[in-house]
Amino acid sequence: MADTTTTGPVVRPAQQVHRGVWASKARQEQIIRVIATALCLLGVAIILFPLAWMISTSLKTRAEVAIFPPTWVPVVPQWQNYTDALTGANRFDNYFRNTMFYAGGAMFGELLSWSLVAYGFSRLRAPGKNALFVLVLSTMMLPFWVTLIPQYMVFSRIGWIDTFLPLIVPKFFGSAYLIFLLRQFYKGLPRDYEEAALIDGANYLGIWWRIILPLSLPALGAVAIMSFMFHYTDYMGPLIYLTSDKNYPISLGLQQFRAPFGGTAFHLLMAASVTTIIPPVILFFIAQRYFIQGIVVSGVKG
Amino acid sequence: MAVQTSAVPGARRRKPALFGLIPAGKIERSEALWFWFFISPWVIGFLAFTTYPILMTGYYSLSRFDFRNPPEWVGLANYASLMGDSIFWKSLQVTSYYTLLSVPLGIIFGLLLALLLNQKVPWLGVFRTLFYLPALLTGSVAVALLFSWLLNPQFGIINVVIRNFVGPDGMIPLGLSGPRWLQDPNWVIPSYTLMSLWGFGASMLIFLSALQGVPTALYEAAEIDGASRIQQFFNVTIPMISPVILFTSITGVIGAMQLFTAAYVISGGNNLGAPAYSSMFYNLYLFLNTFRRYRVGMASAQAWILMVIILLLTLLMFWLSRRYVYYEADEEGAL
Repeated sequence: MADTTTTGPVVRPAQQVHRGVWASKARQEQIIRVIATALCLLGVAIILFPLAWMISTSLKTRAEVAIFPPTWVPVVPQWQNYTDALTGANRFDNYFRNTMFYAGGAMFGELLSWSLVAYGFSRLRAPGKNALFVLVLSTMMLPFWVTLIPQYMVFSRIGWIDTFLPLIVPKFFGSAYLIFLLRQFYKGLPRDYEEAALIDGANYLGIWWRIILPLSLPALGAVAIMSFMFHYTDYMGPLIYLTSDKNYPISLGLQQFRAPFGGTAFHLLMAASVTTIIPPVILFFIAQRYFIQGIVVSGVKG
Repeated sequence: MAVQTSAVPGARRRKPALFGLIPAGKIERSEALWFWFFISPWVIGFLAFTTYPILMTGYYSLSRFDFRNPPEWVGLANYASLMGDSIFWKSLQVTSYYTLLSVPLGIIFGLLLALLLNQKVPWLGVFRTLFYLPALLTGSVAVALLFSWLLNPQFGIINVVIRNFVGPDGMIPLGLSGPRWLQDPNWVIPSYTLMSLWGFGASMLIFLSALQGVPTALYEAAEIDGASRIQQFFNVTIPMISPVILFTSITGVIGAMQLFTAAYVISGGNNLGAPAYSSMFYNLYLFLNTFRRYRVGMASAQAWILMVIILLLTLLMFWLSRRYVYYEADEEGAL
């Protein structure tokens, strides 16, 4: 970082001056820390600005949105924008219920299947296991579309279009996404309990249920949150499989909401958008540790 | 199904079955069978929701197909007509431009921020949380709508700020004005890049944890050898975190190649690719051909081409990285 650009009257006369400002290591570290902190503060201001602007817009009147120069803080906060945006033609309570149902179902399916599959890959020995795991990981690379059309064909033939089933049922059959994280976690668990249980005559299913699952609750928490967030924001799956407004999750509902206003009623649009980001933000602040663990271990964004 | 620990002497010896996938020994055999039981959800999913669809997509790509009538074999005609389809090439160009712009920038910003946070700044946890917050929402409809508002040419705050600083009556009166962002074909991809950069907190988190994993002994040794901070960065930090950089690049490229939601939402769903096809991302054109024009055969060919492109890019990145990526010896090898 900016180690050659900063000069200042910081050299103490008592010290030897052969390295200028950077006379002492401690001083050097101190300066770097101050600069880094200042840059971080600036960065936070920039990165949070869009969110602040979103909230500010959501509390303005339609006229105030369009005045120039803009007001940074609404003259009179229009809290009724939120009730206007969320009631009436746009049944947001219904969109929320749909999202919770479908994201919850998909999350449950993924947790169950991932946990079983990751247990197999991390704790049991079988010939060909490693080659198979490479296959699991390589499916992460596959683009969504290369499997989508035939799946759509099958689901439409069995009458699942406009139901949540195409969005939930496949999740019970373990995709590659995040199996990796659970496998890493399972590999770290001590083997003693398992061996003791085996000697006592337990089978592997019992071991998974009674020993591995309870011990892996923190990892499952991380995976659950990432899975939930993925489905909460997912747009493409619902767009393709859900056709009637009564089944829309909030991702589609928000888009639906935009059309009748022709993109101009930004104050209401932002009010609705703010509402949709509140649940993930709350979840994030409550379960931050799990989020960070999940992202760091798996290297993917949920 | 309890594991039996004693083998009866003289019992019939089994042979390994199924090309050696099921071993002969009793305990090994039972464990291997349990392994297949546990991974059976994945096996079923792999066959039903991956292998079968990929093959069928391949078959459709060689057929004329519109969902309604049964597929009719046409050989490579779909691929041939794609080669002559200027919108297809445009979509490829738009997507490559976006990928080449957004992925490296995302990695650079993520890495710089991680380095910054790694300088023992106070309130590290708070900063980390706040920087990550936008990444939580990337890819959602709300963010696409937010950016279409921020980048609105007339009332969007970004152009207002530009006008206030360097506009005709601004602080530095240069008479400049902000671009028309999502409405100007030349600025569409930079606008999408800006949107994706807003979520750089995710790569920041990954890099930060990688940086914290670099042993301090390495820096101490470098310092004794007289390496400057910059030398330390290029000769210690970068090699040590290079596997993470590679991984982030690969997932970044795969994600960027498949951008869909933001482009669809910003277009309003009925003006796909506007203006002048400058936001016709690969998957947007695929969607258009599948669900709007019912040219399913052609869309299947597009899907297969995308799969091959991603496969080749991934192999290319692995191949390029062989010389540059440093792997510590791991007990279980790679992965």
